[in-house]
Amino acid sequence: MTTAARPRPGADITATVVGFARTLRAAGVGAGPDRVHAMVSALAELDAGSRHDTYWAGRLTLCSGPDDLPRYDRAFEAWFGGHDVGRLRPRTAVRLPRQVAAPAPGQGATGGPDEASGLATSSDAEVLRHRDVARLTGAERDELHRMLGLLNAPAPTRLSRRMTPNGSGAIDPRRTVRAMLERGGEPARLRRRRRCPRPRRLVLLVDVSGSMAPYADALLRFAHAAASRRPGTEVFTLGTRLTRITRELSAASPDAALAAVSGAVADWSGGTRLGADLKEFLDLYGQRAAARGAVVMIASDGWERGDVAPLGVQMARLARLAHRVVWANPHKARPGYQPLVAGMAAALPYVDDFVAGHSFAAFEELAALLSGPGRRGA
Amino acid sequence: MCRVERVQIDGVGSPEDLAARLAGDGYLADDGLATAAFLALRMGRPLFLEGEAGVGKTALATALAHVAGAPLIRLQCYEGLDASQALYDWDFPRQLLHLRATEALRGPVPATGDEVAAIEQGLYARRFLVARPLLQALETSPSVLLVDEIDRADDEFEAFLLEVLSDFTITVPELGTVSATTAPLVVLTSNRTREVHDALKRRCLYHWLEHPGFDREVAIIRRRLPHASERLATDVAHAAAVLRSQDLLKAPGVAESIDWTEALLALGARELDPDRAARTLGAVLKYREDTERVRAVGLEALVR
Repeated sequence: MTTAARPRPGADITATVVGFARTLRAAGVGAGPDRVHAMVSALAELDAGSRHDTYWAGRLTLCSGPDDLPRYDRAFEAWFGGHDVGRLRPRTAVRLPRQVAAPAPGQGATGGPDEASGLATSSDAEVLRHRDVARLTGAERDELHRMLGLLNAPAPTRLSRRMTPNGSGAIDPRRTVRAMLERGGEPARLRRRRRCPRPRRLVLLVDVSGSMAPYADALLRFAHAAASRRPGTEVFTLGTRLTRITRELSAASPDAALAAVSGAVADWSGGTRLGADLKEFLDLYGQRAAARGAVVMIASDGWERGDVAPLGVQMARLARLAHRVVWANPHKARPGYQPLVAGMAAALPYVDDFVAGHSFAAFEELAALLSGPGRRGA
Repeated sequence: MCRVERVQIDGVGSPEDLAARLAGDGYLADDGLATAAFLALRMGRPLFLEGEAGVGKTALATALAHVAGAPLIRLQCYEGLDASQALYDWDFPRQLLHLRATEALRGPVPATGDEVAAIEQGLYARRFLVARPLLQALETSPSVLLVDEIDRADDEFEAFLLEVLSDFTITVPELGTVSATTAPLVVLTSNRTREVHDALKRRCLYHWLEHPGFDREVAIIRRRLPHASERLATDVAHAAAVLRSQDLLKAPGVAESIDWTEALLALGARELDPDRAARTLGAVLKYREDTERVRAVGLEALVR
C-alpha cells in the first residue's frame, strides 16, 4: 500500500485534496474548506505518497461522524482508486410525493368546499382545518403548509441538575455568602435556588412508505415546525430503512428543508420494515440517549411487511426508555376504524397516546399532546 | 496558536514510532488510531474520539500521558457542568478567613483608603483561586487534557470549550489572562449519546473507534493481564466475538473482555468452560435481556 494513482509524484497535493473534497461533498460528507486545509496540513506531517497515510489524513480531518465513514471509503476508492469519479455524483433528486394523492377537481370528497378555488377567508380555513390532508388541492395544500408553519409546540419539561436563583427554593450558600461579603460579613437576606426546568427531547419517527405517501409531506412539515421550535428534536424517516433527517430539517425555510430531505431519503414510497427500522433506531440512537426520557412520536399506519413479533419487542424496549410514546395514525380518523393491521395491533399495548394525524386540527391536537405534561398510561 | 509550543514526545517521527511507544505502555493502537494520535501531537489539534463504550477511548489518553511523561488532567463532563467547575472558582471561605484574620491582627484601628485597596487587592490573589481542570491544564506544561464524555455536557458548554481550545488562554477578570506556554494535548471522548456540534468537531481530528479484531484483542488482554494464560485470553476473545455477533443491547467492549478475564482468573480458570462462563456472565453482559438471550442460545456456543 505504498503506491497511489493520485497524487502522482510532482502532482499538486492541494489541488488533489480539493478535488477529492469536492467528490466527498457530492457523496454527502460536509467537508468544508477549513477541513480541507486541515487535511493538507495533516499530509504535510505524513507521507503524501502513501495511499495508507493519505486515507487516514483525510478520514481524520474530513469526516465528522460514523455515518460519514462508509461514504468516505466509497469516495476515497473512487477518487484514489482510479475509478470514474462521475459515479459519485449525487443521486438525481428524488421528488417528494407532494401531488401523489391530490385528486382531480370534482373527484374528491363530494359536498366539500369548491376544490378549485383558492383559500382566503377564515371560514375556509376552518373547513380546511378538518380536511384530510390526502384530499387537498394544490392551493389548499399551500394554505395548510402556511398554517403548519405557524403551529406552536411548547416543550414539555423535566427538572435539570442545574440550579437557578429562585425566591422560594433551598438556600443557595454561594450567593448568600457572596451577598454577605458585599456587606462586610453582615448577615444578609438568604438567597435561594432551585433546579430549573429543561425541555424534554422530542423524537419524531415518520413513516414515508407507499401507504403513508399522501401524508408524508404534511407530517414532515409538522416535524420541521416542531424541530425548528425545539432545539434538540431528532427526526427520522421509516421505510425500508431508517434515515436520520435532523440535519436536513435544520434549514430555516420548510421548502428548503423538505428539498434537502428528499435528497437524503432513498426509500420514498417503498415498503415498510417497522420492526427492523425501530431496532436500528434504538440500537444506534435511542438507547444511547435520543429516546431516554424523551417524548417519542411515531407517525405510521402500522403496515408491517412480514412478521410483526420484532415490532412488539422493539416497542416494548422503546416504551421502557421513553417518557411517553405517541402514535399518530392518519387512518384512525376514518369512520369505523379498528386497529386491525397486525403491526398496529402489536404496537398498541406499548403506546401511551394513540391519535389521528390526518388534518391540521389533528396536528394541533398532536402538538398540544406532545407539549403536555401528561402522565404515562398503564 | 503558532506562539504556543506543542507537547513533544522524543524520538517519535512517524505514527509507527508512536504505536510502538504506546505498546510499550500497554496500549495497543491500530494504524488509524496511531496516525490520529500522531497528527494530534504534530498539528496541535484536539483529538476527538467516538465509539462504543469500552473500546479504549479514555485508556488512550492515559497511555499518551504516560508516553509523553506529562500529567493527565481529566475533566469528566456531566449535565449542568459550568465554568466554575471546569475553569476556576474563587475560594470564598478562604477569602473570608483572610479578611477576618486581617481584621483581628489590625485591632480597632481605622484603615486608610490605600490600606483598604491593598486588602481588597490581596483578596484576589492567585492563592485564593481554585484551579479546575481546564485552568490546571493551561498552568501545567506539558500536560494531557482529557475531556471525557463531552456528549453528556450541555451544548452551551461546547461553545465555551471551543473558546478555551482555540487559543489556550483563560481570562480571569480580577487577575488577568492565563496562557499556556505549552498547549496541552487535548483528547475529547464521546459515547455519541448526542451529536456534538460541528463547530467543535471541525477543530478536531475525528476518529471512530471500532472493536478490535480477534488477534489484537487477545494481545490486549494478555498485555493487560500477564497472568492470564494464552488459552484463556484466546477463549475470552473468541467468546466476546461471538457475543458481539449476537445482536445484543450492549455488545461487550474490550474493557468488558478484560474484566471478564480478570473475573475468570479470580476463579482460578485456565480456560473458558460453560460452567465458569455462566457464573461470570455478569462481568461481560450488563442487561438482563442480553443475559437471557445468551443463556437461551446456550453457553456452549461461547466455548470453542
